[in-house]
Amino acid sequence: MTGANGLRRVAVTGVGVVAPGGVTRDQFWATLTAGRTATRRITFFDPSKFRSQVAAEADFDPVAAGLSAQEIRRADRYVQFGLACAAEALADSGLELDERTRESTGVVMGSAVGGTMALEDEYVAVSNTGQEWLVDHTYGGPFLYQALIPSSLAGDIAHRYSTNGPAQVVSTGCTSGIDAIGYAFQLIQDGEADVIISGASDSPISPVTVSSFDAIKATTPENDDPEHASRPFDATRRGFVMGEGGAVLILEELDHAVRRGARIYCEVTGYASRSNGFHMTGLRPDGLEMAEAITVSLNQGRTNPTDVDYICAHGSGTKQNDRHETAAFKKALGEHAYATPVSSIKSMVGHSLGAIGAIEMAACALTIDNNVVPPTANWSQRDPECDLDYTPNTARETTVDVALSVGSGFGGFQSAMVFSRVTNVAGDGGRV
Amino acid sequence: MTSADMTGRRAVITGLGVIAPSGNDADRHWKALFDETTKIGRISLFDPSSYPVTLAGEVRDFDPDEHVASRLKVATDRWTWHGLAASQQALDDSGVDLSTMDPYDAAVALASSSGGNEFGQGELQQLWATPDGAVSVYQSIAWFYAASVGQVSIRHQLKGQSCVLVSESAGGLDSFAQASRTIRRGTKVVLAGGTEGPLSPYALTCQLRSGWLSTGTDPERAYLPFDSAAAGFVPAEGGAVLLVEELDHARDRGAEIYGEILGWGATHDGRASRPGDGGSAEQLVRAMRLALERSGATASDIDVLFPDALGVPEHDLVEAQAIREVLGDVPVSTQKAQLGRLYQGGAALDVVTALQAMRYDMLPPVTSQLTDPAPGCELNFVRTPTASRVRLAMVNARGFDGFNTSLVVGRFSE
Repeated sequence: MTGANGLRRVAVTGVGVVAPGGVTRDQFWATLTAGRTATRRITFFDPSKFRSQVAAEADFDPVAAGLSAQEIRRADRYVQFGLACAAEALADSGLELDERTRESTGVVMGSAVGGTMALEDEYVAVSNTGQEWLVDHTYGGPFLYQALIPSSLAGDIAHRYSTNGPAQVVSTGCTSGIDAIGYAFQLIQDGEADVIISGASDSPISPVTVSSFDAIKATTPENDDPEHASRPFDATRRGFVMGEGGAVLILEELDHAVRRGARIYCEVTGYASRSNGFHMTGLRPDGLEMAEAITVSLNQGRTNPTDVDYICAHGSGTKQNDRHETAAFKKALGEHAYATPVSSIKSMVGHSLGAIGAIEMAACALTIDNNVVPPTANWSQRDPECDLDYTPNTARETTVDVALSVGSGFGGFQSAMVFSRVTNVAGDGGRV
Repeated sequence: MTSADMTGRRAVITGLGVIAPSGNDADRHWKALFDETTKIGRISLFDPSSYPVTLAGEVRDFDPDEHVASRLKVATDRWTWHGLAASQQALDDSGVDLSTMDPYDAAVALASSSGGNEFGQGELQQLWATPDGAVSVYQSIAWFYAASVGQVSIRHQLKGQSCVLVSESAGGLDSFAQASRTIRRGTKVVLAGGTEGPLSPYALTCQLRSGWLSTGTDPERAYLPFDSAAAGFVPAEGGAVLLVEELDHARDRGAEIYGEILGWGATHDGRASRPGDGGSAEQLVRAMRLALERSGATASDIDVLFPDALGVPEHDLVEAQAIREVLGDVPVSTQKAQLGRLYQGGAALDVVTALQAMRYDMLPPVTSQLTDPAPGCELNFVRTPTASRVRLAMVNARGFDGFNTSLVVGRFSE
């Protein structure tokens, strides 16, 4: 079955999540709909020397998540997240892989910073706490090469499920999650695969990443009240709060999903990414390139701007980002932007860099499935430049047939993706 | 045979950019392939004495100040300098005038397997060497894998659908497939390829754990893929960036067309790399056949193959089996023994070599040191520079942990 554009259609048939505040899909959704924040003072290391000392950490137990002893030994934390998410998503999809279907099943994951956590830990040992430029290789652990190359994330998932379709890791900074799912979407559209295990993960809560964002004052300096530190779109916002986690969606060619009677969360109806060509970290306030990405992704599915029922915002909580994307929503949706509920789940689960785009797409799938819009927590004061409906603090029951999600990343990347309730399936005419 | 699909849009290559051990532009690279001298040498970027691997293929005669403004130089890794320089070359070579184009019609999709290593190690040292240490304001934009693509997009105002692919060494070819997909969706020009900067002490330490590096100390014999003396590869830096362009756009501006991206196939072994396991011949065969099928070609149409040529005996054997199974006694040409393995950059560089072979109707020889093929690896190696009409070439790239990609490029014909 092909869509209006003549390309094959792509369904979401499984969702798996590891997130702060609860490490399964159901716990994640419970966190979001309760408006509960998972941000806290960093516990992974002593953060006292850093400007920003808060983060959203996941209470992740790899054994409970079903990882084998060897996977736990070999895989850095972000890869462990990816394996756990893939397991949950595959189980959710009900998909049974066999010899034949493995050939048309791919793995496309995103990650912004890959094995940074393992690389930093190992660096400290081989350099004797930074004392040696010519580091002592004999102190390097056995899986150090897997830490260096972020392709390990896709490689380990393909290894576990013996998939033989295309495998890839897309690493476009903080839009990696959307871009990985977008890459997978296009592979299925073009017939290069029928099923793709696709999402993203990152575990960036380590000193080097905290220090990196300190240096440019991107993260919040407010350490006294961690639960309320992430305040997207609020007038008093002071920067983002780092998070970690992952999400995996099972993307499946629509006919393939219908034939096997799969439960379908929604359809991927549009994806686009544009670059601002402006600055690695700076954003012009007009949001033009993000607006372009939104418009292109809506047009792909012949979705009218006025059909958008929910916007899952990038909403990092930096001064410039929230203003930038508010402008982009207005540019792309016109007056309808004011009538559309917008929210930033980063207010609750933090900003997990490349992972968050996939976590937000998981949230969009669940939003459509449940007809509940998650809120923006910690919102209390209106910013004159952020004057849309940010769904403050309380989840909202409302019909959501079309959800738009956006991401904005270092490097100037601006990505948009549209999920829509499935319609026009032969013999059904509506929800499968 | 053409790559036109239902959209009718074909992806051709109109610009070449090379920063590599073989030379810092496509012509120097091409000439170096015939000069019989190895470009591998003792590592000069740091003192390698304390490491079991002391050889590398380094980019030489590269003055970053000629390519990168001082303000940008301090904010970027060596890998990004090479990416910026190669991108500039590809654009200059193509003659495309970006200023007359809609910036959304231009994009960049590069591969990287490990990011800004030298820069990142320096920043880790700044952070950890003293109790109050911290990283610089540039760490957040220089170390991560998207740094080169971001900087290239900013320098040239490439605002279309960009991408960063990190499937270890296979992504250098995947970037050309992605460029083609992007062009079929309406983008006019896409920079594709990749560069690598794997030569810092810490990055080398990480690479040692792959178990694939050669500890040889004779630059002429350290990296001998398919040879009975094969004992791993020599790492190298640099790579290639090419301008991929939509055919009508190229024709309308009278561009010289080096060749066309006709087909690709990507598979995964479905298992991780481990010592003694040369990967899946079956999945490499499938990648090669998918690339053939997509290009509408048959095995006998392929005039030359540029293999992955890892130099690890069990991998060489698997690749040799796959090559024979799919392409029989196709002429095989590889210069990796002479240049080192540039990871993602190496696959992109092989695409340049393939296009130059078409341009000059000449097959470059394999390194003369490859004299004694290992049992099972007796392929039809190109032994001397061979004048030959080259219409179609296949390039293979395999990545650590089971990634396989094959690409077919062809001489352009209407």
